Amino acid sequence: MAMASSDNAVRSSNFTRALIYLVLILFALFYLLPFGIMLVNSLKPLEEITGGNMIALPQNWTIAPWLSAWSTAQIGVQPTGLRPYFINSIVMAVPAVAISTFVGALNGYVLTKWHFRGATWIFGLLLFSCFIPFQIVLIPMARILGILNISGTAYGLILVHVVYGIGFSTLYFRNYYAVFPTELVRAAQIDGAGFFQIFWRIMLPSSGPIIAVCCIWQFTNIWNDFLFGASFASGGSAPMTVALNNLVNSSTGVREYNVHFAGAIMAAGPTLLVYIVAGRYFVRGLMAGSVKG
Amino acid sequence: MGFLDINNVTKSYGSVEVLHKVDIQVQEGEFLVLVGPSGCGKSTLLNMIAGLEGITSGEIVIKDRVVNDVQPSKRNIAMVFQSYALYPNMTVGQNITFGLEMQGTPKAERDAAMADVAKLLQIEDLLKRKPGQLSGGQRQRVAMGRALVRDPDVFLFDEPLSNLDAKLRVDMRTEIKKLHQKLGTTIVYVTHDQIEAMTLSTRIAVMYNGYVQQLGTPKEIYDNPANLFVATFMGSPAMNVLPSKLVEMNGALHAQIQGADGQDVHLRIEDAPEAYRAFVGKDVVFGIRPEAITDPEGADRNARNIQALSNLVSVTEPAGADTFVSTTLSGKDCVARMRADADVHPGRPFEFAVNMDKAVLFDPKTENRIA
Amino acid sequence: MAATDPMLSGGADFRTRLQNWLPKIVLAPSLAVMVIFVYGFIAFTVYLSFTDSRMLPSYGFVGFENYSDLFQIRTWDTAVTNLAIFASLYIVICTIIGLMLAILLDQKIRGEGFLRPIFLYPMALSFIVTGTAWKWMLDPAIGLENTMHLWGWESFEFNWIKDGDMAIYTIVIAAVWQSSGFVMAMFLAGLRGIDNEILKAAQMDGASNFQLYRRIILPQLRPAFLSAFVILSHLAIKSYDLVIALTGGGPGNATALPATFMYSYTFTRNQMGIGASSAVIMLMTIAAIMVPYLYAELREKK
Repeated sequence: MAMASSDNAVRSSNFTRALIYLVLILFALFYLLPFGIMLVNSLKPLEEITGGNMIALPQNWTIAPWLSAWSTAQIGVQPTGLRPYFINSIVMAVPAVAISTFVGALNGYVLTKWHFRGATWIFGLLLFSCFIPFQIVLIPMARILGILNISGTAYGLILVHVVYGIGFSTLYFRNYYAVFPTELVRAAQIDGAGFFQIFWRIMLPSSGPIIAVCCIWQFTNIWNDFLFGASFASGGSAPMTVALNNLVNSSTGVREYNVHFAGAIMAAGPTLLVYIVAGRYFVRGLMAGSVKG
Repeated sequence: MGFLDINNVTKSYGSVEVLHKVDIQVQEGEFLVLVGPSGCGKSTLLNMIAGLEGITSGEIVIKDRVVNDVQPSKRNIAMVFQSYALYPNMTVGQNITFGLEMQGTPKAERDAAMADVAKLLQIEDLLKRKPGQLSGGQRQRVAMGRALVRDPDVFLFDEPLSNLDAKLRVDMRTEIKKLHQKLGTTIVYVTHDQIEAMTLSTRIAVMYNGYVQQLGTPKEIYDNPANLFVATFMGSPAMNVLPSKLVEMNGALHAQIQGADGQDVHLRIEDAPEAYRAFVGKDVVFGIRPEAITDPEGADRNARNIQALSNLVSVTEPAGADTFVSTTLSGKDCVARMRADADVHPGRPFEFAVNMDKAVLFDPKTENRIA
Repeated sequence: MAATDPMLSGGADFRTRLQNWLPKIVLAPSLAVMVIFVYGFIAFTVYLSFTDSRMLPSYGFVGFENYSDLFQIRTWDTAVTNLAIFASLYIVICTIIGLMLAILLDQKIRGEGFLRPIFLYPMALSFIVTGTAWKWMLDPAIGLENTMHLWGWESFEFNWIKDGDMAIYTIVIAAVWQSSGFVMAMFLAGLRGIDNEILKAAQMDGASNFQLYRRIILPQLRPAFLSAFVILSHLAIKSYDLVIALTGGGPGNATALPATFMYSYTFTRNQMGIGASSAVIMLMTIAAIMVPYLYAELREKK
């Protein structure tokens, strides 16, 4: 990945360079502003928002909105705050990410190193499943979850996210393993390693970067999912995004903007943290994920 | 029956046959080189011996055991790959002993075996390193170590030197040859480099288009190539092949070629094989290696039939020990190999000495050597 | 495609044959899951779209009635029009901004490592978060308009989010904010992949910077343009969360999109047959873009 600064041959004058910096900084502000405003206003008392300037810093700093959003705000009918929903999302996302990544790794390994007739077709079908509008599966999925009796549970959402996450995780690992030297697999075969031994001893130990990419991608997608959460999890079992939407769009009472902002930042927290810690991998993964089939 | 028998082996992918009835018997201790241009099927054949590719028909027999359905690891073979295929996540030591570990050899035995091999290849101080920290030559040694430690019946080499730079390649070539002489193991070695084939092998199989074109000792292959492909593929610079006509003059056979001035030149052939008679008066292809065309003083003293040929020199290329001289014969560029001090100049005529003992003729239709 | 071919013939022992079957056994569950949960479900939904299903699936066959009804519904009309406006603006603006930022960032910018993550971070956020942030920023009472008034620009008016005709454009703004950084990253990767010697050669040939980009660089970014188009268009068609969080589809139905339409007809209005037929149309739209693209990509690889 050519993210490292390269020796570009294009040169420009001082004036254009100043202009370039100006444009870039303006755009940086554009991207930072919404989040900055959320952060600033989440630390203000409500009167300062309704009666004041959204860009101004708080006159009376307060963390009350954060406490409220976390543990006492009204979500739906219960004044539970977002905490239980945050936990719901963790309980849902962690196993779903782990399972879909592992399955994707095995699939990628099979599709690249044990190529057989029809493998390209199978991969094409998997790949297309990444891009379907999920509306097309909502109705039957709701039925199946009902039949399996896991409707509205964490298991139900884990199943859904694993099922629709396999396509992307397979894509990542397939692309990664496609350029992984096949000679290594052959050498291991001659050394007497079997199918799973090759996977555990040779492939996985060299897959650190792609595991990171895949986990980040899956985590971001699953954590940020709204459609499945809203469709298949009701009330207390809803994930964070659904709870946040309930908080923000509940029509009763005074609109506590500062609490909404605090809640939104909480919902953004885990993926932002992952992005800050491992953003470089994230970008690389997106490149690879941009359907370089 | 040999030590490794390849009996009428073919390989097809779907309806496309890529290897046609290959039949080679390798004796114990032999160094067989499979050589040919890319796509000739040599690597496929090697992978079939290794068990990495299935056999469509025919048999591969190692030490009297048919191994068609035997897994690679159970064939008692070892393989050195072009890319070395060292496991990047393991140390050199772990790389070498991974095969033994997979076979369930106890650790003490593995370590002893590793120590022996490391000593033999002088890689003792690399054992704790990862492959990424090694130079190309060191990786090559480790790859050989991994093969040697298993004490296999047959060693398979898949273009093991092609990733090394020119100097290292020559060094490692010598080293492989020494190792073979020292251990006396049976080796099948794939390369596209005809010099490697000539220097290393006890026997060579020249392959092209999925056929073994010729199987023989390096000398046989070089001196008596079976056909035009073998003649031009083996040897560098390549053998000169000139359109020619076989004529009978003054009771002797002559190869008639055309000089640079358009005049016919006749080169007398002595002790012609009986098969030549059938081609008298017909077109043939006249083949002569560059070192068989020299200046008169540089001609082979043991040669019985040296013919003089005067022709215009087009280009001279001094290459240190030798000077390569080009001249046009029968409308084709013909290269002669001379001593560095030969007195040749481009644009002037020169008296070439052609060692007709080394000349060969090919049938232009079948491209086979006439013999 | 290089790969092992360990297919040994019939006489192999059991372990050997098991090893040969293992890859297929390992792939089988994924294949089964995909066949059922993706293609089976698609088939089921397609089937439902030809039935009289309302609150629950029902199996009375009604032919194309749902589809003909669908195109009579005013909201669907709005949703399709909105999608056309939203998708075209979203794709075009994201591409322009993304390409511009990528080109500017590629001018050996000091602090690139600092700016790039700032451009990119929105895409780590949930659309719900993005929607929440922009919902209040665009709210006339407390957001941008209010701020301008407080700064003394009394006549400033920016109430698109409350305006049925303009609300769809607020969705474009928020969506562009979220995705343009990602497009930038795709173009940047493309730019960095161009052989520098080609650029040097073009400069030797006397190409100006502008000509360099127009004649040499942009044509080589074709794959990046294509990827960006495919990804943005499928995101646009699937857009659901952002609308829900930003406008809830309102005011009225002014910002309805096919995705919100499908959801409300299926789950709140109990018109499952019509909901299913709208989902089928969404799928076909995406398939029309994705299938040729994926086909070309996979064929190229062979």
